[in-house]
Amino acid sequence: MTRILDVRALSKGFTMHHLDTRMAAFSDISFTLDAGEFLLLKGRNGAGKSTLLRTLYRSYLAASGEILFHGPEGVIDLARAADVDVTYLRRTEIGFVTQFLTARPRVSAEALVAEPLRRSGAPAEAALEQARHWLQAFGVKPELWAAYPTTFSGGEQQKVNLARALILPQRLLLLDEPTASLDVSARAALIDRLAELKAGGTAMIGVFHHPGDVATLIDREIDLTPDAATREDRDDVVV
Amino acid sequence: MSLTMDEPTLVTTRPLLTARDVSKAYGPVQALRGVSATVYPGEVLGIVGESGSGKSTFLRALNLEETPDTGSYTLDLPDVQGNLFDLDRYARRMLCATRIGIVYQNPHLGLLMSHSSSGNVAERLLVAGERRFAVLRDKAQRALEASEFPTERMDAPPAELSGGMQQRVQLAKAIALEPALLLLDEPTTGLDVSVQALVLDTLKRLQQERRITMVIVSHDLGVIRTLSDRVMVMRRGEVVEQGLADQVFQDPQHAYTQQLVHAKL
Repeated sequence: MTRILDVRALSKGFTMHHLDTRMAAFSDISFTLDAGEFLLLKGRNGAGKSTLLRTLYRSYLAASGEILFHGPEGVIDLARAADVDVTYLRRTEIGFVTQFLTARPRVSAEALVAEPLRRSGAPAEAALEQARHWLQAFGVKPELWAAYPTTFSGGEQQKVNLARALILPQRLLLLDEPTASLDVSARAALIDRLAELKAGGTAMIGVFHHPGDVATLIDREIDLTPDAATREDRDDVVV
Repeated sequence: MSLTMDEPTLVTTRPLLTARDVSKAYGPVQALRGVSATVYPGEVLGIVGESGSGKSTFLRALNLEETPDTGSYTLDLPDVQGNLFDLDRYARRMLCATRIGIVYQNPHLGLLMSHSSSGNVAERLLVAGERRFAVLRDKAQRALEASEFPTERMDAPPAELSGGMQQRVQLAKAIALEPALLLLDEPTTGLDVSVQALVLDTLKRLQQERRITMVIVSHDLGVIRTLSDRVMVMRRGEVVEQGLADQVFQDPQHAYTQQLVHAKL
């Protein structure tokens, strides 16, 4: 298998200067991930599941440890990589899917969804066509495509968000509860798209409120609850 | 706590802009204390900080309007060499007119209010040596179109235009010569939110379509977050923290940045 990620002794904490305290989030996490693998992060509230995802994406700075990402250009430690390299990887190799849409004022739903394709060099019209395809797939009504998503309902916004986040296949996909508050058909469309990306070799790490939603995709699990019996169990294949 | 970040290994292009140890005092007031920054081609660097933090002074230094007491500033462009702070007045003026665009918070600083808007844009092109009237007019019109200015008003003087439209004329003037570097000093401050959104959208589009390298100064964290790839936080003339925009806003390391981020509505 092609190795995608090699996480070694990763730790994260937050220093809260105004309280003069330091709060640990997780410590000494190690695991590996191969192309096409789906890793589920488990653990009770506050165990650091989302924090781990954000640390891997470099929205949070790791306190110590390594996040070795195996990209087409070689291996790079995301914990220490230069900002400009991280920006480049985010544009081309590493995706992050949340349940929240970052809508921009006066930008239409279809333009927002087409943006990742346009940034990767696709011509405007082709990108828009793809965007409409995915808006349709996630069940956004055609009359909303040219409208501004800032006024959409929470569910509609989330569908736009998923269409945007999953339009461009990437090497590594980080999923932070993308199914929360989705209706049944949109959830089915999401699972289909994830399965398709997985089959194409995208490695995924996800946090799900209801892991049952993605049961068919899960290859392995890591429990982040402190002192959990299994930190990383390669034989625990659930498929 | 914070790790030292590595030099880039994947993005092999050199930084477009490198400023090192820039210091400047106004009498007893130390406005800049050893400020360093690098910006890569196509990147957008946002600078935030409270009033008096030195962020606008630094931007003016990048536009060669200020001569710092110490420090160096280079642009990696084919015909531009050496420390730009050492250039004489004429060379500075030519460089700024042709390679660097700037949009000021106050349109009075960037525009001649009683000349036509198209004339304001064309002035840029004149400085760069263009003399043919038809070309001047055509290029001015195209720059105004790119900054989404209604071109049927292109001969109106900025004095007759709204604040949002004045900013668009400034933007058109700044991008008329396709500058290598676009500097923006509080470009949306003082505009109402709906006009602000339109100007932000125009800037975002220019970023995506033309990949213009930008340095943007604002005290509005929302504006900085919307536009920037990277953020630099300044306080009392010093850089207290810098990093990826989402990291600085979600996981600020320095006590001052935490205070700033938590104060956001």
